[in-house]
Amino acid sequence: MSGTFVGMPAFPKAAHEAVNNATLRGNLRHATHTIRAKRAKAVGEISDWAELREAGKRIKDHTLRHLDRYLTQLEESVTAAGGVVHWAADAEEANRIVTALVKMTGESEVVKVKSMATQEIGLNEALEAAGIHAYETDLAELIVQLGKDRPSHILVPAIHRNRGEIRDIFVREMGEWGRPAPEGLTDTPAELAEAARLHLREKFLRAKVGISGANFMVAETGTLVVVESEGNGRMCLTLPETLISVVGIEKIVPSWRDLEVFLQTLPRSSTAERMNPYTSMWTGTTDGDGPQTFHLVLLDNGRTDTLADEVGRQALRCIRCSACLNVCPVYERAGGHAYGSVYPGPIGAILSPQLRGTASEIDASLPFASSLCGACYEVCPVAIDIPEVLVHLRERIAQGGRATRDGNTVVLKPAKGHAAERAAMRAARWAFSHPGALGAGQRLASRTRRFHPRTLPGPGRAWSATRELPTVPAESFREWWQRTRGGKDATK
Amino acid sequence: MNSRDLILGRVRRALADVPRDDTPPVPEQPGRDLQYEQAVDRSYLREHGARSVAETVDLLAENLADYRAIVHRSTEEELPYVIMRLLAERGPQYVLVPPGLPPEWMSAADPTRVHDRAVSTPRELDKVTSVVTGCAVAIAETGTIVLDGGPDQGRRRITLIPDHHICVVRVPDQVVASVPQALERLDPARPLTWISGPSATSDIELDRVEGVHGPRTLEVVLVSGE
Ligand code: SF4
Repeated sequence: MSGTFVGMPAFPKAAHEAVNNATLRGNLRHATHTIRAKRAKAVGEISDWAELREAGKRIKDHTLRHLDRYLTQLEESVTAAGGVVHWAADAEEANRIVTALVKMTGESEVVKVKSMATQEIGLNEALEAAGIHAYETDLAELIVQLGKDRPSHILVPAIHRNRGEIRDIFVREMGEWGRPAPEGLTDTPAELAEAARLHLREKFLRAKVGISGANFMVAETGTLVVVESEGNGRMCLTLPETLISVVGIEKIVPSWRDLEVFLQTLPRSSTAERMNPYTSMWTGTTDGDGPQTFHLVLLDNGRTDTLADEVGRQALRCIRCSACLNVCPVYERAGGHAYGSVYPGPIGAILSPQLRGTASEIDASLPFASSLCGACYEVCPVAIDIPEVLVHLRERIAQGGRATRDGNTVVLKPAKGHAAERAAMRAARWAFSHPGALGAGQRLASRTRRFHPRTLPGPGRAWSATRELPTVPAESFREWWQRTRGGKDATK
Repeated sequence: MNSRDLILGRVRRALADVPRDDTPPVPEQPGRDLQYEQAVDRSYLREHGARSVAETVDLLAENLADYRAIVHRSTEEELPYVIMRLLAERGPQYVLVPPGLPPEWMSAADPTRVHDRAVSTPRELDKVTSVVTGCAVAIAETGTIVLDGGPDQGRRRITLIPDHHICVVRVPDQVVASVPQALERLDPARPLTWISGPSATSDIELDRVEGVHGPRTLEVVLVSGE
């Protein structure tokens, strides 16, 4: 998969570097704690959260279990509404399709609204190689792109940059890409946002091609939905003449009505808002309003392989709200970059190794980058049992077993004695030896979970304590920590 | 094999463990999908709390304001003067109007009306700083207004490029309590824009900053029938 960050060190090494970066750590701590508190309030405001969560889970499960049917239905309804549907089995094919579509317009630049799918396939790089400039228009993505950097959080990709750094990047780089930063730019967020507005407006007004992802696709009506805050999404979806949307096949919901669940759970779980500032919905093309050409590229790229795993397929329910990142003690310490993929945090730890397989050290180590505290499952608005999938993947990495790669069944060898094993061990050790991330009073609800591993299945048995594997206690991580270290937090 | 068949084939093989659909169809209701209906438990609420019509409108006003929209109330008769005043406060020379905006709304306003024509380029529209529109529906619980490109709302771009958007909501007719109720009223075939407050970002150290790309000022006029 071309979205892999080539040469990415395995989780513990990357995490170790992050821990030594004081700015990153401070920003992350501030950010995750702020969002966490706000989110709890937004979720607490509605009394039927549990019912909405259950409905969201069931809608997604039902869709996944009948995905072939809903994909063909979606194709029909998008086509009937004036769109053109393309199918891409992998990243390479998706990039080829999009590049050809852009070339057909004769344009050499495109505006993009933040999309994890296009980051996953490395679309910007592929377009660049074909001589097409892709401009990221989300403020955070702009910061990341200008800073020649990688995103570190699903929702706040520039979470690792503080205002001083952002100002410096704008002053240094904006002129290279278009309208330079205003004279005397300071580091107040309002001025920085204004600088981005001016810089990007020029690009929106002349853009002929827009590229997006989508949060949801409705099979019944052919409607695509993009949820956003800044308005750059509206710009990209409305002003260009041609719109190309690259969307993972798991983003389908069966009916229009199903949006009533996710449009309530996603904003509250994600940005802790009753509703995000802007949501755009479009169905094919509309005469005289918005792009007159619409292409939908349906992306597999490891999703059907993930679907083939009866335990692991629940990861495809994810609506990318990022709540699991914000509660994760390991993420808070390690930072997003340590996960070596566009999907960081707990969801990344179960999604990347399934989408990409576990051949690389980083992917083999990801399922071990967790203390299994269960906080991610508690907050997940579609109830993905992330710890259950983590344990399942650990078992397969340690003991080997059947998996699906590119549609074929393969038998994975046990990692024992290989580099993957050592990477995995280091990740597990790392996750357990950095509990300082758990602030006082933080609620970790493993007590309520039906799933209580006493020891790591697979590795716990196969690899004895002499291999320095910390066994997972039946009590919660925090309880364990308090009991064994008396709650003394030496790292703060 | 083309990629479509390849992907669909992989999906079907991946789902080999899933039992085939054996729910009997309902002959008198073709198109009804019982399996889907049974799969999803919809015991969540259609709206949160019981409110009178007036209370629902109040909640809308409250939630709009909470997300930094500026809320005004007016009667049908006062509306032209309210719009006149809101425009005068910002003093634009031109104001964009959709083709089907009731002419009386603008009858007292000073700025020259500009119509968005199909041939207008985004760059031309960028010279106009204010826009006045109606809406399709407004959601009280979330403080959201939804535009559906109707004659009094125009193309999506006219409420996007100007920096100042005045949106008129007819209360209580256009107000619903909740997201589920709003979806029932909306037509998915139309391009829809859901707006909850002015555009915002929290990307810089999580400080909320109003307005990156959409209108930085959103004024909502709740106009009542009498
Ligand atoms: S796994 Fe759940 S909590 Fe995490 S991003 Fe996905 S939907 Fe949100």
